[in-house]
Amino acid sequence: MSVPESVVSIRDVSKSFVNGQVQALEDIALEIRPREFVSLIGPSGCGKSTLLRIIGDLIDPSEGVVEVNGKPASQARRDHDYGIVFQEAVLYDWRTVSKNIALPLELLRWGREKRTQRVNEMLRLVELEGFEDRRPWELSGGMQQRVAIARALSFDPSLLLMDEPFGALDEMTRERLNMELLRIWDASGSTIVFVTHSIAEAVFLSTRVVVMSPRPGQIADLVDIDLPYPRTAETREEPRFFELVTGVRERLAGRGAQVEPELLEDAT
Amino acid sequence: MTVALRRRVVDWGPPLLVFALGILSWQLLVVAFNVQEFLLPKPTEIARTLWDERSSLWHAGIYTFKEALGGFAIGSSLAILVALVFAAFRPFGTAFMPFAVAANAVPIIAFAPIMNNWFGLLNPFSKMAIAAVLCFFPVLINMLRGLTSVDPRAIELMRSYAAGQTSTFRRVRIPASLPHLFAGLKIASVLSMIGAIVGEYFGGPITALGVTILNASAYTNFSLAWAGIVVASAFGILFYSAVAFAERLTTSWDPSRRAFHGE
Repeated sequence: MSVPESVVSIRDVSKSFVNGQVQALEDIALEIRPREFVSLIGPSGCGKSTLLRIIGDLIDPSEGVVEVNGKPASQARRDHDYGIVFQEAVLYDWRTVSKNIALPLELLRWGREKRTQRVNEMLRLVELEGFEDRRPWELSGGMQQRVAIARALSFDPSLLLMDEPFGALDEMTRERLNMELLRIWDASGSTIVFVTHSIAEAVFLSTRVVVMSPRPGQIADLVDIDLPYPRTAETREEPRFFELVTGVRERLAGRGAQVEPELLEDAT
Repeated sequence: MTVALRRRVVDWGPPLLVFALGILSWQLLVVAFNVQEFLLPKPTEIARTLWDERSSLWHAGIYTFKEALGGFAIGSSLAILVALVFAAFRPFGTAFMPFAVAANAVPIIAFAPIMNNWFGLLNPFSKMAIAAVLCFFPVLINMLRGLTSVDPRAIELMRSYAAGQTSTFRRVRIPASLPHLFAGLKIASVLSMIGAIVGEYFGGPITALGVTILNASAYTNFSLAWAGIVVASAFGILFYSAVAFAERLTTSWDPSRRAFHGE
């Protein structure tokens, strides 16, 4: 078997809810290559979280096919090909920080010693050494989210699915975690699909931004982000960063501009 | 150390003071208004009977507590099993749950004479059966709520790890249900004592606490009846406290408990 060119291959995916009454996604086609960092951005109701859940085989598409690493999404899920992080950390209160990170490894039947070793590596990766025996609720929101990331990466999945992981955090924590995520992405060598509604976050993190439009959810545009890595705090001040942010913003507003251009002009 | 001691005094001082004042005013009011003994004996009188009859009251208490404990164990473990089945096979749960909720609203204690007929007046199992049925529904309803009200993303996460249902129950649903389970068990511990004693009111061996209380009031030995009530209360409170202690040991991780204690 040859190495698949795409980590994620989405072909003509549609999704409707409530017996076809609500069209959440329509004719989505997208290829995500290895080591890409792809952000899905769009207004609420554009189906970006739904698309992420379809990739993770947490829900089924109504039509179309999703392949992960050249396999059907359901097989990829059973093969532990991806880790997932939600907006809330969803840590298990009855487990300590290290036991939360070790949970997927227990399910994979790793031995105790191997588990401990990997958990320590992960704690180092997300810079939470010294917190292994704490309970989740003893940590700040940003630290909890770092535990969730460590847990998702503990079994070394090739794909990381993130659903607005920093959406509930304050701006400063969010920018710091953005930087950390890029470092973790670089160190782990995984591919990331990232859902957000922050334009600046999408541009800062991604190699490519997928702009989605709502009702029904469709891909409106793909924007390549040509900012060089490593990206730092200075990246946010570069003219090119602002150009790209403006570009994504205009594409998000794209549909409205076609219908009522004079309204947009009034606004500016 | 002194801080811990002071906190303990601050925590326990006021309730103990209220208790002492309550007993004192009971005593004073009974003396002041010359209340007849059959209406309300003096606390000192009850205390004396408690001491004089300590051996028989203790044995009666133990006898009845054993019935309550047996009923609690049978009823609660059956309820836990049924809750697990209902949670694992949802159609079962949705089909049977309305009946469980309705049965919970039935005054089950009314079945006590029937149980005495079924299992025999002198057989302790007749009282265990009443206690067991009383314990069953609150434990079932609470446990099932705990098993099914888990954060759906916590379940999605297990799905993303390709975890099977057994694994999801063992690692997520059951631990998450423990605080709910203990809420049910605490109710059950109180109900099991009520079940055993009321069951005995409808007949039982004279060594039982309920029969002791019943006979004492029939023979106008009211201070003995009250002493029996005190013993029954003491066993009830001890049982409840033991369950609460087990809860503290097993759910110390629960953040809502922590908020309650304000630390």
